[in-house]
Amino acid sequence: MFRYLLHKLALIVPTIFGISLAAFAFVRLLPGDPILAMAGERGVSPERYAELIERFGFNRPYIVQYYEYISRVLGGDFGISLSTKRPVFGEFMTLFPATLELALVAMIIAILIGIPAGIFAAVKRGSWFDQATMGVALTGYSMPIFWWGLLLIIFFSGYLGWTPVSGRIGLQFFFKPVTGFMLIDSLISGRPGAFWSAVSHLILPSIVLATIPLAVIARQTRSAMLEVLGEDYVRTARAKGLSPRRVIGLHAFRNALIPVITTIGLQVGTLMAGAILTETIFSWPGIGKWMIDAIGKRDYAVVQSGLLIIALIVMAVNLVVDVLYAVINPRIRVQ
Amino acid sequence: MKTKLTFAAALLAATVMGGMANAKQLVYCSEASPAGFDPSPWSGGNDFDASSRTIYSRLVEFDHGKTTISPGLAESWTVSDDGKEYTFKLRKGVKFQTTDWFTPTRDLNAEDVKFSFERQWKKDSPWYSYLAGTGWEYFTGMGFPELLKEIVVVDDNTVKFVLNKPEVAFLPDLGMDFSSIVSKEYADQLEKAGTLAQFSQKPVGTGPYQFVDYQVDAVIRYQAWDGYFGGRQKIDDLIFAITPDAAVRAQKLKAGECDIMSYPAPADIAGLQADTNLNVAEQEGLNVGYMAYNTTVAPFDKVEVRKALNMAVNKQAIIDAVYQGAGQVAVNPIPPTMWSYNKNIKDDPYDPEAAKKMLADAGVKDLSMKIWAMPVSRPYNPGAQRVAEMIQADYAKVGVKAEIVSYEWTEYRERGKAKDRDGAFQLGWTGDNGDPDNFLFLLGCSAIGQSNYAIWCNKEFEDLLQAGKATTDVAKRTEIYEKAQEVFKREAPWLTIAHSKVFMPMNKKVVGFAMDPLGIHRFDGVDVTE
Repeated sequence: MFRYLLHKLALIVPTIFGISLAAFAFVRLLPGDPILAMAGERGVSPERYAELIERFGFNRPYIVQYYEYISRVLGGDFGISLSTKRPVFGEFMTLFPATLELALVAMIIAILIGIPAGIFAAVKRGSWFDQATMGVALTGYSMPIFWWGLLLIIFFSGYLGWTPVSGRIGLQFFFKPVTGFMLIDSLISGRPGAFWSAVSHLILPSIVLATIPLAVIARQTRSAMLEVLGEDYVRTARAKGLSPRRVIGLHAFRNALIPVITTIGLQVGTLMAGAILTETIFSWPGIGKWMIDAIGKRDYAVVQSGLLIIALIVMAVNLVVDVLYAVINPRIRVQ
Repeated sequence: MKTKLTFAAALLAATVMGGMANAKQLVYCSEASPAGFDPSPWSGGNDFDASSRTIYSRLVEFDHGKTTISPGLAESWTVSDDGKEYTFKLRKGVKFQTTDWFTPTRDLNAEDVKFSFERQWKKDSPWYSYLAGTGWEYFTGMGFPELLKEIVVVDDNTVKFVLNKPEVAFLPDLGMDFSSIVSKEYADQLEKAGTLAQFSQKPVGTGPYQFVDYQVDAVIRYQAWDGYFGGRQKIDDLIFAITPDAAVRAQKLKAGECDIMSYPAPADIAGLQADTNLNVAEQEGLNVGYMAYNTTVAPFDKVEVRKALNMAVNKQAIIDAVYQGAGQVAVNPIPPTMWSYNKNIKDDPYDPEAAKKMLADAGVKDLSMKIWAMPVSRPYNPGAQRVAEMIQADYAKVGVKAEIVSYEWTEYRERGKAKDRDGAFQLGWTGDNGDPDNFLFLLGCSAIGQSNYAIWCNKEFEDLLQAGKATTDVAKRTEIYEKAQEVFKREAPWLTIAHSKVFMPMNKKVVGFAMDPLGIHRFDGVDVTE
């Protein structure tokens, strides 16, 4: 087990290096100049331009810029945002809890609905339930997030008035963030109604963000279950006279779980991508919207360091998933 | 520890709630997060709304909803005969805001004024570069480093600005956001503590509202400043709910989650107007959307060709389709709300037949050209791509073939400046200070390579521009600028497309909000009725 972990960790080092290089190159390959983007329509005089580009070091060779960037990162310094002049890591830490909270709730929704739906669809293969579920899943998978979010807002917030339109909590609740997780902070605040306000603000954005992962998980669970249900040992278990509940729950589902866990792990990336749009629609102060703004402003520091930090998190999650595999399936440890 | 924390939080909540009883609150759905709360380093309208217009004040202030100026922190001023010395008498007893992070020990004085400008100007000041890479874009963009010779503290309540040359727009410039007055005492305190960055995160000013809290990308909270020299505001709590998507802002306004919003999407305006709980205020924007020919490249170096191309374009159709009626056809390079606007000038008529003939007479056959379209939506032009398509279709009717080109936004502007640029270039301008020179300078000879995308240097126009800057006599300047507009129309370096309208939807209970021609959102003097 230890060797397995070590092996996985060893793979991470070159990946991080590759990602830092890609992030560094990506933002510089984008057309557009960070200094001019900062100056806006009013423009900037050539002297001023020369002065600023010198100060930021953007006129130095790329290799020197990269070396300086990576050495600072290794020292724990992710740089200063060009647009807000605040440390990138500090900004990330302020905003990340909001994204994490939203993503976690979305993931829980996706798993709690997606897995049972997939199992039922597989067990009742070919039934109306199966077809309806898979039809809905396909629709969900192809859902344009922006449109879907606006549609939900217009219907549930505008027309029915059930949920708030956007934000994280009602504006009447004003307390300093302690953990950054609004569900927890609102409880700590002790203000009556604060927790429910936070919950009601989470409903629509988490549904929107959960839509695609839910569809993927449901489809993956169904196909994994179908495969397992056709195996000999399942037939044997049935022949032994075990209850269908035990056959499906214990023998089939546990074995079908591995590809499903892989899928769930991979959805972390999807969640990050979905968070960009979801956060923009619901004015959710998270890192998705932060990254989009930074790309728009050509804020090199935020884009390259933000991408790197997000990649590190996704890799960490994947590592956890790999370890989970080994726990579930001892054969993987040996391989 | 945990109990303590919970208790403290509960106490804080109770205090806030107690304070909130009967408090009047106004929620503004704003379009973007401010970069910071120092009024001077940034240049976005959303930055100004959140800092300079709420927290700070200036020596002179623009009148509500107008481009004229009135005394602000300065109660009076004198200008020397040569126009190079401005002496301001400061209002006495002006208090800086008392906050959790700063308690002033003195009133505003001339040192604060000197410091407010010198920090943007003197490179040896630690404040010049206290934010990594600050360009002080507005201060330099308005030409202040070349303009200012020195700022002299005459006495506590008198400050003198000595200029290198006369500048007619100097007073309106002092009403602009970057000219906001900050506290030197607060700056000194932070400098001693070595926490300079706090200056932009925990602001202190003399304005109508004081800063309370900012949750990044989510909410900014202000409260009325009791000691405001202009009198305490009727709104107790002013809240900016940052909502980047225009359609979502409209939904929030309808649902009562905010009381007033900025920049509605053109498609939402009819729906907002139909809502009986809402008022939709509108105003002609202080802007112009145009398309600049490259007047140095054949055949666009010929006036007749430029005129003919102008006559080929159906501008009203563009207003109807792209601006969705929220604009008017532009005739002059300055908008009609600006003083010195020349009403007597007639626009080139839309007449494809005549245009065709003029092109033929000028010896232009089978002309093919480029039309540049911005990749972004701007207040003066919500859809440059669509505008380009419509012009392309109009050109086709007079036998001109046009190809539409576009680049990434910063690259677009850079490429547009090239002296040998191929084709006609769409852009626009929004006024800074309400002075006609702030529009007409775009076409000055010295602006070639910067903002003069027509690469047009006309001696007659340039002389008028310089004459207009040499006098402060408004009647004389009006005459000069009216003449300059005639020259502009005769020479046609631009196709003037439109002046757009700006909308501000708000709940009916909001009273006293005046739309600002300069595009800023001010909440002093605003009230809510129950």
